[in-house]
Amino acid sequence: MTHILAVDDSPSIRQMVSYTLESAGYDVVMANDGDEALELAKKHNVNLVLTDVNMPNMDGITLVKHLRQLENYRHKPILILTTESSAEKKMQGKKAGATGWIVKPFDPEQLLATIRKVLD
Amino acid sequence: MSIDLSEFHDVFFEECFEGLDVLEAGLLGLDQSTDIEEINAIFRAAHSIKGGAASFGFMGISDFTHVMETLLDEMRDGRRTISREDVDLLLGSVDVLRVMVNTAKRGEGSNEDDVERIVDMQRQLEATLVTNDTPGPVDTETQISESSACGENLTDRATVEEAVTVGSTESNTTGWRINFKPCGDILRNGNEPIRIFRELQKFGALSVCADTASLPGLSDINPKHCYLAWTIELDSDVSEDEISELFSWVADESELEIIRLGVEHAVAEEPAAEEDDAGLSLVDSKGKVNSPEQAAPAAGGQPGLNKGIKSAGKAGSGVSEPSKESGGNIRVSIDKVDELINMVGELVITQSMLSQIGSSLEVGEPGVLENLRDGIAQLERNTRELQESVLQVRMLPVSFAFSRFPRLVRDLSGKMGKSIELKLTGEQTELDKTVLEKIGDPLMHLVRNSLDHGLETPEVRKAAGKSECGTLELRAYHEGGDIIIKVIDDGAGLNRERICSKALEKGIISENDDLSDEAIYNLIFLPGFSTAAQLSDVSGRGVGMDVVRRNVCDLGGNVSISSNEGAGSTVTIRLPLTLAILDGQLVRIADETYVVSLVSIAESLQMEPVHISSVTGKSEFYHLRDEYIPIIRVSELFGHSSIRADLRGGLLMVVETEGKRFGLYVDELMGQQQVVIKSLEANFQQVQGISGATILGDGTVALIIDVAGLIQSHFDQCSRRGVMLHAVA
Repeated sequence: MTHILAVDDSPSIRQMVSYTLESAGYDVVMANDGDEALELAKKHNVNLVLTDVNMPNMDGITLVKHLRQLENYRHKPILILTTESSAEKKMQGKKAGATGWIVKPFDPEQLLATIRKVLD
Repeated sequence: MSIDLSEFHDVFFEECFEGLDVLEAGLLGLDQSTDIEEINAIFRAAHSIKGGAASFGFMGISDFTHVMETLLDEMRDGRRTISREDVDLLLGSVDVLRVMVNTAKRGEGSNEDDVERIVDMQRQLEATLVTNDTPGPVDTETQISESSACGENLTDRATVEEAVTVGSTESNTTGWRINFKPCGDILRNGNEPIRIFRELQKFGALSVCADTASLPGLSDINPKHCYLAWTIELDSDVSEDEISELFSWVADESELEIIRLGVEHAVAEEPAAEEDDAGLSLVDSKGKVNSPEQAAPAAGGQPGLNKGIKSAGKAGSGVSEPSKESGGNIRVSIDKVDELINMVGELVITQSMLSQIGSSLEVGEPGVLENLRDGIAQLERNTRELQESVLQVRMLPVSFAFSRFPRLVRDLSGKMGKSIELKLTGEQTELDKTVLEKIGDPLMHLVRNSLDHGLETPEVRKAAGKSECGTLELRAYHEGGDIIIKVIDDGAGLNRERICSKALEKGIISENDDLSDEAIYNLIFLPGFSTAAQLSDVSGRGVGMDVVRRNVCDLGGNVSISSNEGAGSTVTIRLPLTLAILDGQLVRIADETYVVSLVSIAESLQMEPVHISSVTGKSEFYHLRDEYIPIIRVSELFGHSSIRADLRGGLLMVVETEGKRFGLYVDELMGQQQVVIKSLEANFQQVQGISGATILGDGTVALIIDVAGLIQSHFDQCSRRGVMLHAVA
């Protein structure tokens, strides 16, 4: 079973993401923000992290930096969800250690296709 | 594959409205000194709405919010100074956006007026953006992941295209060579070249050659470093974009060449053959599967999965459809629900305990009776707690009703040239959702009134020796079983003289009435009573205060005003916490038990014969202190047969409604108790003077008296008899 940690502060996007991933047979853990995600990541040891960038408390970029410090997440795929207008954010994300990005808006199909690219 | 996104729409709309509230509240407090975290929160609200709208296909909302977001982004980065004009513009945009979200929620298209407003507002926003010295980033970068639909579809397409191009001279010579030399750190970000190759393989036959030239000796090798470069040949018709898309995450730090192979394909094949073994063995040593045969099942698995998702999506949407027609939602905190679940659990335990006792009753065991009593006591406790918990679910903080006022005060004070500070206290005080919804309009009236008539302009305030900035406070708190909401201003207060003359003019009071200040002030709640010298569009159409009172009374509450000329006035609204239960006084009238809401009872007393007076035609009054109170014989009004004709020594329950007092003549005062209100209309029909019914402990039905309605029927009866109501002895 592949476990995915999905992080977004928007409940509707969170529902859409978790529904999509669960329908595709993944096990999904959800978090509201970076803080919560970091705690969950330590607890669950997931196979992939999918995070929004703009979030309260801890943003996605900071989350990626923190995750890369953890032994378990040094080489795990981490994808950031970013809007089309933030090429800068993509670079920041990569610098922080993100594997890649998914550009918002995305539909469920694109989401699944993208995460399949980084899962073994 | 299609997942029906519409089932997430409700959540999205709810989120939009929350976001809009955050935006509005944030913008209201926005100025130069605003903390960056707060600006971030505002920005995030806009950003989330935009992102969600785009994801769920509401492009109009998304485009519009994008412009707002850009403006906010400039403010956030300090590229734009925060001006009142900009904030006003953004507040206006919030209104427009709210209309758009509402329209989308109803599933309609925008009407022409709205479209005009939207376009106009968007233009204004864009114009504002342009006028800034450093224009905002207008990034037109297109969606990168758009073409990432790989797998099934692409292989299908490839096959089709192949079939079409059969016979063409170039059919066998198309393909790509990719030279890929990633930076050594590629693995650190969790990128694996091997996964990229796996994706490439889905496009067509792939041969991968590794260049091991930079590979150091075994002792020097760093397992986290990538020393390899690859030459890849792909036999496929895919476009260059589709290939570079797969490398997009690593392209920046890598050397990447994508070359279309033409006729020279055959030449390029030679070096590939040479190093083929090395490439494969390296791949194998990593324990990864990369041969076309083994990758095929993975790709083949997709259609099956996709079907699964599709049907799940359909089933989900089928279930969600009815919910679209249902009434409003309440967001309930998990704690409250947990509490309920807990209580129900307790009830189940008690129930099983009781049934156990029930079965042993037959045997006639000793001590059973005692156990039974214990069980019943426990059941009673559980039930009461459960009732409280269930009622809690409907409770919402009063901030839901208060939240619209910061904006209102800002807009109106600006419009009227007044400087007003709004203070909200006790916003977390909870009350029933229905009460909350119905109190919004009366509060609006009161606030508008204070702003318009109560609070003065800075000049007037200064002249009166007060601070130039007026204060308007909305305060909510619990008192007994009620909630009190106060609207307090430090404005001019009510003018006793003006109210008196108006009341005289309207014939409401007479010259020789000696009324207390409070009684005079509360006259403003009478219908058609407006003292404003000049009517304005903010308030003061003479309807208002009476509507406020009626609305509050309909909710089973009451309203009063106190005032200090020159120092301000305070309107106090008292409301029951909920409409589902009522603190009632049980009374006996003839042979029937009735319930009267405790809120409306002022006092109860035994009538002294000397204070009873009657007027021509059977109208009776009781002289209580300085007041003559009309006596209403409830039993007569309700047509009960056994009527105690003699009032002397009887009980008079003084009730208050709409600021007037009446005495209800009752036979006996019984206990006070909380009763659950059952609708009479739903079970029988509407009856004047009765607001509902309840079931008492012994199973009998008791009617709940609607005091205002009862008095109305009393008036009707009197006027039928031709009695002048105001003919006070």
